[in-house]
Amino acid sequence: MAEWLLHRLVQAFFVILAMTAIVFVGVYAIGNPVDILIPPSATEAERLRIISELGLDQPLWRQYLQFLTHAAQGDLGRSFVFNEPALTLILQRMPATLELAVFAILLAVLIGVPLGLYAGLRPNALLSRAIMAISILGFSLPAFWVGIMLVMVFAVQMGWMPSAGRGETGSFLGIQTSFMTLDGWRHMLLPGLNLALFNISMTLRLTRAGVREILPLDFVRYARAKGLSPARVIGVHVLKNIMVPVVTVVGLEFGTTIAFAVVTETVFAWPGMGKLIIDSINVLDRPVIVAYLMIVVVLFIVINLIVDLLYMVLDPRVRQEARA
Amino acid sequence: MTAIADNAAVPADTPLRRFVIDFARSPLALLGLAGVLTVVLLAVFAAWIAPQDPYDLTQLNIMDGRLEPGADAEDGGTYWLGTDAQGRDMLSAILYGLRISLGVGLGSSLIACLIGTSLGLIAAYAGGRTDAAVMRAVDLQLSFPAILVALMILALLGKGIMNVILALVIVEWAYYARTVRAAALVERRREYVEAAECLMLPRRRILFGHLLPNCLPPLIVVGTMQVARAIALEATLSFLGLGVPVTQPSLGLLISNGYQYMLSGKYWISFYPGLALLFTLVSINLVGDQVRDILNPRLRT
Repeated sequence: MAEWLLHRLVQAFFVILAMTAIVFVGVYAIGNPVDILIPPSATEAERLRIISELGLDQPLWRQYLQFLTHAAQGDLGRSFVFNEPALTLILQRMPATLELAVFAILLAVLIGVPLGLYAGLRPNALLSRAIMAISILGFSLPAFWVGIMLVMVFAVQMGWMPSAGRGETGSFLGIQTSFMTLDGWRHMLLPGLNLALFNISMTLRLTRAGVREILPLDFVRYARAKGLSPARVIGVHVLKNIMVPVVTVVGLEFGTTIAFAVVTETVFAWPGMGKLIIDSINVLDRPVIVAYLMIVVVLFIVINLIVDLLYMVLDPRVRQEARA
Repeated sequence: MTAIADNAAVPADTPLRRFVIDFARSPLALLGLAGVLTVVLLAVFAAWIAPQDPYDLTQLNIMDGRLEPGADAEDGGTYWLGTDAQGRDMLSAILYGLRISLGVGLGSSLIACLIGTSLGLIAAYAGGRTDAAVMRAVDLQLSFPAILVALMILALLGKGIMNVILALVIVEWAYYARTVRAAALVERRREYVEAAECLMLPRRRILFGHLLPNCLPPLIVVGTMQVARAIALEATLSFLGLGVPVTQPSLGLLISNGYQYMLSGKYWISFYPGLALLFTLVSINLVGDQVRDILNPRLRT
């Protein structure tokens, strides 16, 4: 177990290292950093001074080492637009994105699992077929288009929901979150639903497939033969066994959801880090781009690691394999 | 559509006939096929069908800006799907946009398929270190969501059709590589490969002449699905403003351009391009579903 964890940590470390190299080469080698980092109005003397100040006259490997040491100290450069450390900028906007992602995942589980359970238990019912047909749409429709339609119908035509922005936030354990105010909920519902759509379809299908697979197995028939109530058979015996793949996929999807929040945040003008990165790309604010990419990659690797750990906790078979 | 064309390369024509008969069994799939053909024809002949060239500024009349669908133009003629802020006929813009969307989607899928298939075949045939190296790369690639990878590439390289295609290729190649490798690993142990090896045939010929045709079914299934994915991803990137340049707007960019007018009730500028995108994606998916059902006997119940 400890050995496995160590192995994974080393692996994660190398992936992060590889990402820093890719991002570094992308930003500092493909584009000319001198053009990007120095305002065009600078005089030649100023130019030379800034070049040596930024270490751009050094060989590439030394620049990379410098970039790494700075990154390790949490210094990923200053935003040209906001003139603030890029890292701070992103961390400021991260709660809004995380909140949206958490809400989307919650929606996915709360909607997807019951619907999937129903569709799995009654595969031939009309409602089940409708659920499955709609879930295909959830996979194949582009998220931004669904978001636009949600805005068009519920915000513009009906006027029920606000079309953009994050509403009032309330404080919870020192964190500002929309979960605490009614206005926050109203603003969060449409973007949350939009972001959740893909995950709802996925959990729904996973749950359904799991139910279909597990129902005919011996232990379920045995539990029934024992005279256990259907609610207990489904709630305990069946549900417990489908939770393993569902938890894995939902966990893994958390990272994807954060990445995909870029789209939802753009549609709903949600002030999270996804909107920040798009704005930054449009004005070529490179330090922010670098910082965002690094943070999301690290976040991703951490999530994958946690999911792997959870997987081991939930599934004894995987535990055995890791031990062997 | 592509599926049938690809299958024609297989020498025996009996499987092809069986495939066509199986395919025609689902009316929904035929509908999808008709949809795909329509979209492709519209895209190819956009220049002849479209009422105006939406990017020839001399043909635009700014006085006709933001007209509703069905409104009459100042100089006669009707804007069936309305006009955008510059007085551009939306129907024409959609037809031209379709061309770019399909071109980018198909083009990137084709390149990704070539690269992924070659790497997958080589990995399965060579085995050992080569295999491990390719599969590590595939795992690494697939562990990051497509949107993030594409975002990263476009953030580093900037906008442009070529960069979008490059981003889509990098996002997609791994799916092809994984699929082909899995199929090739099974085929590699068959006698015909051994026989070809005994004949001292060149390795290239064994790979592409013997192994590849037998790996085609799963490849076709993945290919159809990936084309739809590529089109959707390109639309998403263009919607975010990172994709194609303003001078060559795809459906995604048209939707994005119209979005700001939607809040004031002028829905058509982004609604109809969206509908076109939707129609394209759903058609391809319907075809893809049926192709998968036919070519993947395990799923047949």
